[in-house]
Amino acid sequence: MIGIVGYGAYLPRYRIKSETIALQWGSDPESIKRGLLLNEKTVPGQDEDTITISVEAAKNALKRARINPQEIGAVYIGSESHPYAVKPSGATLVDALGIGPHVHVASYEFACKAGSEAMYVAYSHVKAGEMKYALGIGTDTSQGAPGDALEYSTAAGGTAYIMGKDKVIAEVLFTHSFTTDTPDFWRREGEFYPRHAGRFTGEPAYFKHIIGAGKALLEKSRLSPKDFKHAVFHMPNGKFPQEVGKKLGFTKEQLEVGWIVPWMGNTYSGSSPTGLAAILDEAKPGDLIFMVSFGSGAGSDGFIFKATDELPKVQNLAPKVRDLLNNNKIYLNYGEYAKFRKKIKLNE
Amino acid sequence: MKNVARYQREIPQRYRLEAGKCTSCGYIAFPPRLICPKCKSKNFETIKLSDEGKILTFTIIRVSAEQFSKQTPFAVGIIELNDGVKITTQIVDTELDKIEIGKKVKIVFRKIQEDGHAGILCYGYKAIML
Repeated sequence: MIGIVGYGAYLPRYRIKSETIALQWGSDPESIKRGLLLNEKTVPGQDEDTITISVEAAKNALKRARINPQEIGAVYIGSESHPYAVKPSGATLVDALGIGPHVHVASYEFACKAGSEAMYVAYSHVKAGEMKYALGIGTDTSQGAPGDALEYSTAAGGTAYIMGKDKVIAEVLFTHSFTTDTPDFWRREGEFYPRHAGRFTGEPAYFKHIIGAGKALLEKSRLSPKDFKHAVFHMPNGKFPQEVGKKLGFTKEQLEVGWIVPWMGNTYSGSSPTGLAAILDEAKPGDLIFMVSFGSGAGSDGFIFKATDELPKVQNLAPKVRDLLNNNKIYLNYGEYAKFRKKIKLNE
Repeated sequence: MKNVARYQREIPQRYRLEAGKCTSCGYIAFPPRLICPKCKSKNFETIKLSDEGKILTFTIIRVSAEQFSKQTPFAVGIIELNDGVKITTQIVDTELDKIEIGKKVKIVFRKIQEDGHAGILCYGYKAIML
């Protein structure tokens, strides 16, 4: 049996409400909240970035996996906000956690699906028998331009998954990936904020790819949506995952546990992986879980997991996603938020 | 430009709280030493310090060194870790009026400073209240 042996999430304590952003730009807070189904989002502290968030998430994954970090053979961090353009985020992480130095490390980037990409490669290494354990992480401190619709959703957080063969808590039953050249959202080299093609990010991008990967997964597995206890999709806002779930045949109840975006925002590479963590916090042995990520550019990675008898033994060994979302929150005003996110131009 | 060699040399302590424990008398040296100040032994084993502790004392920095000026006001405290070792570090992610002596903290991995716009990023430990 191959699958997840440990998982851990981390979300910053700072928040900004959609209402605060809307009032700054003269928009109607209620129509924004109703339109995007977003109440608030996480904001990274001034001393937090993709590396620090990944380290904290991976610490929590190690607490649940209860393994020697030295046995991890590969570390992959998926993010579109790696702090360095040239220098791998994972190199800092392995030294922080006592992994390696005999370890394969890489930084991945594929818009919002870099995290599921890291999970997929980590899983494949273990499946190939190359190593005992591999760590795949999805983390972002995503940015939206001031006044852009993205500003309501771009959040910070991440989740780490340790893949292995022993004491598996969620077995990987099937995977499928779906990719085409679709320029719906991008950030050119050297640009600070990403650009997007407005409504083109919907049907030809998000929906086409998630449905493409999702349908193929269902066909491959010969399972139907009603066989699953939980489903989670990439969450760029509150509405899209509900709509795509409905189109694939899932009910609102199946999506509920992993649908954390109204209080978290879009953590990009950490979006569907953190939704999956919220599901694993509550899932019971035997539950089937359906997950499909989405990354602009564009592509989707799909997984079918089956929770095992080992899962309840580790659920309480590290902070749960809902606790991270609900506890110790510190709300920022727009000025503080702009300072935290370095939106204000300063003299060097 | 920051001294990258020194930064790299201090990684075991700054990233993983690695200390030297005297195998003769049990004294814990953080950062590690070559000779035990208590029994003069030269034999140490490497241990990892606890990542939890309590606030012994703290102060609020309102006028800081240049590289921390955008973070003011911020708290710096002396934390007694569960294994008795005391470290000086920033206490973050809290409203300053909530910090109190005796409160429990956890050590987290954070960015400490940036070497200007183009230099290296320096990481290490800070404390958050539980």
